Amino acid sequence: MVSSPVIEVHDLWFSFNGNPVLKDVNLTIHPRDFLAVIGPNGGGKTTLLKLILGLLEPDRGTVRVFGHSPREAAGSIGYVPQEIGINKGFPISVRDVVLMGRMRGGGGWRRFSRPDKIAARQALERVEMWEYRKRRIGELSGGQRQRVFMARALVGEPKILFLDEPTASVDQKGQTDFYALLKELNENATVVVVSHDLMVLSSYIKSVACVSQQVFFHDAPEITKDMLEMAYHCPVELIAHGVPHRVLPKHSGE
Amino acid sequence: MLEALQFEFMRNALLAGLLASIMCGVIGTFVVVNRIVFISGGIAHAAYGGIGLAFFFGFSYLMGILGFSLLVAAIMAAVSLKTRQRADTIIGVLWAVGMALGVILLDLTPGYNVDLMSYLFGSILTVPTSDLWLMLIIDGLVVLTVSYFYHDLVSLSYDEEFARVRGVPTKILYFLLMAMIALSVVMVIQVVGLILVIALLTIPPYISEKFSGSLLEMMFYSVLLNVFFTTVGLWLSYSFNLTSGASIIMVAATCFFISILLERLRPKRVSI
Repeated sequence: MVSSPVIEVHDLWFSFNGNPVLKDVNLTIHPRDFLAVIGPNGGGKTTLLKLILGLLEPDRGTVRVFGHSPREAAGSIGYVPQEIGINKGFPISVRDVVLMGRMRGGGGWRRFSRPDKIAARQALERVEMWEYRKRRIGELSGGQRQRVFMARALVGEPKILFLDEPTASVDQKGQTDFYALLKELNENATVVVVSHDLMVLSSYIKSVACVSQQVFFHDAPEITKDMLEMAYHCPVELIAHGVPHRVLPKHSGE
Repeated sequence: MLEALQFEFMRNALLAGLLASIMCGVIGTFVVVNRIVFISGGIAHAAYGGIGLAFFFGFSYLMGILGFSLLVAAIMAAVSLKTRQRADTIIGVLWAVGMALGVILLDLTPGYNVDLMSYLFGSILTVPTSDLWLMLIIDGLVVLTVSYFYHDLVSLSYDEEFARVRGVPTKILYFLLMAMIALSVVMVIQVVGLILVIALLTIPPYISEKFSGSLLEMMFYSVLLNVFFTTVGLWLSYSFNLTSGASIIMVAATCFFISILLERLRPKRVSI
């Protein structure tokens, strides 16, 4: 591909409380890629996502989104966070949650405009949640809430969409619909999904990044034995021995 | 109650209650949904240090308490943003140190003897008209600021990370929110006392959160509940010759427990 990259991560290092989380990460994501980010728990998947979104600051290195800092690129980024049931008692309607995705910058006597409301309706219809628009967000099931968060990400018409464990609380049928929708969106936008769900993902993705302190990028929709090992075996062994270790001394194909 | 209105002090008390109700209903809504009741309590208590400083160094009481509580609020905001893990402990320490500083400085100030009880429970029956004007101005400022930043504050309160991704300046807004808490707490303390501030900030938003569809509604119902609590409390205090602040709190507390009871009795809605 010769088109200019959507995301460029260069020589990125990040540590938390003195413990290294990510080391020497280099990653380039091209337009209309469908990237799965996999790896063991605690391997740094979510951290990498938050660094790219600008929610965390790297110790070293740079993150560029469309050639700008994540903050400057905010308008073209859509973000679906992990559904962990935060703030369920919060008095806010489904529609107002989605409208949040139309916010740009802060301040002003901002009232949402007609185009904002139309976009919110379209986004909610797209995830089949329009009939729930007046319900309080806390009354929905985990899967329904996840679809609302999806609508909130879509309403800003993002050129790149980040999803963190999007199907953790969605049933089987819901997952299939969800990924079908992602595939459809992928025709115009770049999609980055953090997930454990390798099997579901494998039929949709175009490339894979394995994150376990370091990042290994595979520009192909295949999941190798090494990657499976990385995603599933490592945590088990970590618990067994209680000592961190390198899973793959030498990554095949690097 | 009506014959009580012929007294200026009673009319002033009712007006003070009304103005405090607006402030506490609006700010309390953010305090409750952002789970910063502890910080608000910390600011309110530590503000006593400002009184000590003002009397010891001989500058205006209002400047002392306002300056000091804004400073404490800024420190607490910074601490809770930076070191999330033990933020509550550090806020507890500041809380205690602020109060102790105030008590010691007042001990060292010759001649002055500020009554700690009036700081804790206030003296709503002795509010001068000048204080009412000041409260009105601060009420206006708070309401204007909140309406200007309404959607930003809602998104910050609901999902801080998402708001940040959308480019909302959440850190600045968080400090602004803290400053507004300090401002309203200080203003209301003089009138109704520290304990009552906490009650008016927390009880009405807690009750109204259950049946509100948005933060705006929650603020509206909180203000109404506050007005109800202060008016009924004042009436009880007048009729039975009870301490006004404590009477208001007892009315609010009664409604608080009734609301919890009703919540228990109501069939639960499905939520996974």
